Amino acid sequence: MNPVLLASATTAPLHEAMLFWILAPVMVVAAIGMVFARSAVHAAMLLAVVMLSLAAFYTTEHAPFLAVVQVVVYTGAVLMLFLFVLMLIGVDSMDSLVETLRGQRAAAMAVGAGFAVLLVAGLAGALDGFAPNGFGADAGKNGNVTGIAHLLFSRYVFAFEATSALLITAGLGAMVLAHREPTGERKSQKQRMLDRAARGGAAAAPLPGPGVYADHDSVDTPALLPDGSVAPGSVPAYLQVSAGRSHVDAVDHELER
Amino acid sequence: MTSTTTAAVQYAHATGVFKLTFLLILLPAIGAAVLLLGGKRTNAWGHLLGCAMPIGSFVIAVIEFFALIGRDGGENRQLDQHLFSWVPVAGFHVDANVLLDPLSICFVLLITGVGSLIHIYSIGYMEHDPDRRRFFGQLNLFVAAMLLLVLADNYLVLYVGWEGVGLASYLLIGFWHHKPSAAVAAKKAFLVNRVGDLGLSFAVMLMFTTFGTVAFDGVFNGASSGHARTGTMTAIGLLLLLGACGKSAQAPLQSWLLDAMEGPTPVSALIHAATMVTAGVYLVARSGAIYDVAPHARLLVEIVGGVTLVMGAIIGCAYDDIKKVLAASTMSQIGYMMLAVGFGPGAYAIGILHLLTHGFFKANMFLGAGSVMHGNNDEVNMRRYGGLRHVMPVTFMTFAFGYLAIIGMIPFSGFFSKDKIIEVALDHGGASGWIFGIVAIAGAGMTAFYMTRLMLMTFFGNKRWPRDVHPHESPKVMLVPMAILAAGSLVLGYLLILGGSLQHFLTPSVGPSLEVGAHTISPVVLSIITLAVVAGGVGAAWWIIGRKPVAAEQAPNVRPYAHATRRSLTGDAVNEAVFMRPGQYLTRALVYFDNRGVDGIVNGFAAGVGGTSARIRRVQTGFVRSYALSMLGGALAIGTTVVLLRVGS
Amino acid sequence: MDITYYLYLSAVLFTIGAVGVLVRRNAIVVFMCVELMLNAVNLSLVTFARMNSNLDGQVIAFFVMVVAAAEVVIGLAIIMSIFRSRRSASVDDANLLKY
Repeated sequence: MNPVLLASATTAPLHEAMLFWILAPVMVVAAIGMVFARSAVHAAMLLAVVMLSLAAFYTTEHAPFLAVVQVVVYTGAVLMLFLFVLMLIGVDSMDSLVETLRGQRAAAMAVGAGFAVLLVAGLAGALDGFAPNGFGADAGKNGNVTGIAHLLFSRYVFAFEATSALLITAGLGAMVLAHREPTGERKSQKQRMLDRAARGGAAAAPLPGPGVYADHDSVDTPALLPDGSVAPGSVPAYLQVSAGRSHVDAVDHELER
Repeated sequence: MTSTTTAAVQYAHATGVFKLTFLLILLPAIGAAVLLLGGKRTNAWGHLLGCAMPIGSFVIAVIEFFALIGRDGGENRQLDQHLFSWVPVAGFHVDANVLLDPLSICFVLLITGVGSLIHIYSIGYMEHDPDRRRFFGQLNLFVAAMLLLVLADNYLVLYVGWEGVGLASYLLIGFWHHKPSAAVAAKKAFLVNRVGDLGLSFAVMLMFTTFGTVAFDGVFNGASSGHARTGTMTAIGLLLLLGACGKSAQAPLQSWLLDAMEGPTPVSALIHAATMVTAGVYLVARSGAIYDVAPHARLLVEIVGGVTLVMGAIIGCAYDDIKKVLAASTMSQIGYMMLAVGFGPGAYAIGILHLLTHGFFKANMFLGAGSVMHGNNDEVNMRRYGGLRHVMPVTFMTFAFGYLAIIGMIPFSGFFSKDKIIEVALDHGGASGWIFGIVAIAGAGMTAFYMTRLMLMTFFGNKRWPRDVHPHESPKVMLVPMAILAAGSLVLGYLLILGGSLQHFLTPSVGPSLEVGAHTISPVVLSIITLAVVAGGVGAAWWIIGRKPVAAEQAPNVRPYAHATRRSLTGDAVNEAVFMRPGQYLTRALVYFDNRGVDGIVNGFAAGVGGTSARIRRVQTGFVRSYALSMLGGALAIGTTVVLLRVGS
Repeated sequence: MDITYYLYLSAVLFTIGAVGVLVRRNAIVVFMCVELMLNAVNLSLVTFARMNSNLDGQVIAFFVMVVAAAEVVIGLAIIMSIFRSRRSASVDDANLLKY
């Protein structure tokens, strides 16, 4: 074989090399940052960086379909799901990074380092004298998407169907897990209104929406009543009124001035 | 020794209508599956399906029978149908095949024919039982297993059927498992059968090591080629005999059959009279080629047959339980069959002849007994019957046909088959011929005695039934099968012996019926002698029982031999003394050793393990992250090992 | 640049993810780290596909994504239901299954 061709078979073109050397450090830094970020939201954002960079790699790695799927499914759907759940269970809590299990962190670092060494050494050993069988994923003459579709619906059709069953099962499972049986009888709207009227006082008027008089648009910022105090029912019970307090104080100051 | 199987055994391929042979087994199997798995929703029509399946098999069997007659004799009448490869291992190949030949079609007709009648009878008999569907399901299971047994073309498939009928028998004996006696009887039947099954399984293993195959043709050709040592063949023959003894309730494994009468009466009629208990006879007849080269095993078959013949007859004289008398009679009659097939070439067909006629008249009498019980609040004690011929005329008539057949009254079917056996025994020559001949004649006399006793106590004499019992005739659905079987009891023997038809028909399977030796006594004279002995038995029964009213209770103080007879010739006591007691002592010794010796070691070890574990279990902290750490550590360790091994090699 | 560098990058990302699983207590972040590990493996698979000039690696990476999606759905649902009952998303708080 032509030595020039052979050389080009193992070496990526220049633009790809540039992309790699720019994005790879970014990814590693983002990944490490994700592990050490105290806020889960920051961690999610850093993970998004890694995932988008991976999508970029996929385009240069002759996998445009996967690049799109990476963006749409991973960065778009999965990561948003993460954020959604984060919002549900409280974003404001900063994680403590103090280790509670004795020796866990040191052991994790040691084993992690050992694992990295093992992987790298193993790769180096395995790739020593390795000649790639051509260069670039062979998409056939119809392009990458058609090629993948061809494989999916011929050789991997059973695996494909199995994963479809898996997805349906997962969806069903999520519904079952997230479902909550009502503990008491659900009150009708009329009954709720009557109850409120019976309580009397400020509760007779509709409740203000969240964030009224607030300088903050988070859903957990409570609304203020006309006298400047916090309206207790304006924030769903499962969102703890924690960070909202400071804003309320600020509003108080504003009103007093 | 006359070798009748000089030509190599070879089976033709099944074609045309014979391709339906597998359906014979499949239909009742489907019935069993539907009824046993279908649950309550099949309650409404379960019994109809249960009847339809054996009837369907019977129709196929009749069609195939006539097709078989239409073919030339010899190999052409032995048709092998390949179903699937069952055990395709290198060096050990077993096909699931069905073999339809004259011998198996005889059994198939008996099983499906009598079986269908008994199924129909059961519709009436089990009408008020809440578990009627389960009953029919298990009955169908039995029919399927029994057909598999007789249609197998190798010993392994036969063994499957053999165990299948054992299972069905167990389930059906214990059908009313809420009764402790029924549950115990089922267990007993199962355990005693297990002893016999062990013999059969060892025989199959020995066949495989000797001939490298378990197929009938391979084994028989190997046996008749004379390569195997006589000792080996004798061992196989004896092991097969052990299996036959267990299934056919022959001495010394006879004890379960009397207790098996705890099952519903149709079960006693089908399984413990007409079909399953004759499987041992089938096994010996089928394995004729093996016994041909194992004369010692053959002699033992004769001895077993002769001994059981007499034992069954004596036991039959003592019991007051109508079903147990019939069960003892079954033992005795199967003894006749064993004796016949023990005489070997030429006599197999005679044994099968008696088997077929017995299947009819004994099923007939059992159904009659069931009818009597049905009309008497399930009372089985004959001392509570008496004078039933007036209130149950049809049952009495059909039962009388069976009675005349079993005592061998001319021209009923038993006359032809039993006379032939006595004739063959005497013609056998030598001391054994005389002994077995006289035993057989004496057995005929005793049969006449105890059956007459049964008839007198049940249908004649004074009315002894309790005041709250109002005997009545059974419904038509029960009477019609009894009538058909009664007709069979009358004509079957003559039909089968007419022009030697059965013998000729069976020739491809069991060899020709040869007249061995000269007639010791001319057949006509012998028949007269036998009839005279039978008449003597009947007369004696009348003299002892018929003349005076029967006591409502058993006489308490009797001589020791009568006492022993009432306890089925101490069969259970022997079992207890020989097997149970030493077994108990051994078990107790083992328990002692186990408690002190083994447990000491084991407990010490367990305490050590427990102590160590209590300390080690602290590792299980419940923290997922610790577990994940150990997982990653483990992966690291394994990966490192693999890499190092790669580098090292 | 050699295309095998992708593999080394993948190894590094995988290890970072693994360490993250070990040191983080917030269940959601643990999950993110698992996702990072899966993504690292996907990168390897795509590179392998390229090195072998066929598409099988890409198809397998696709399957990994599907399975990861299913896993996330179930995992987050479990985290939510745990949070509902225990008011905590820390993996260390769920340690009842122990000696």
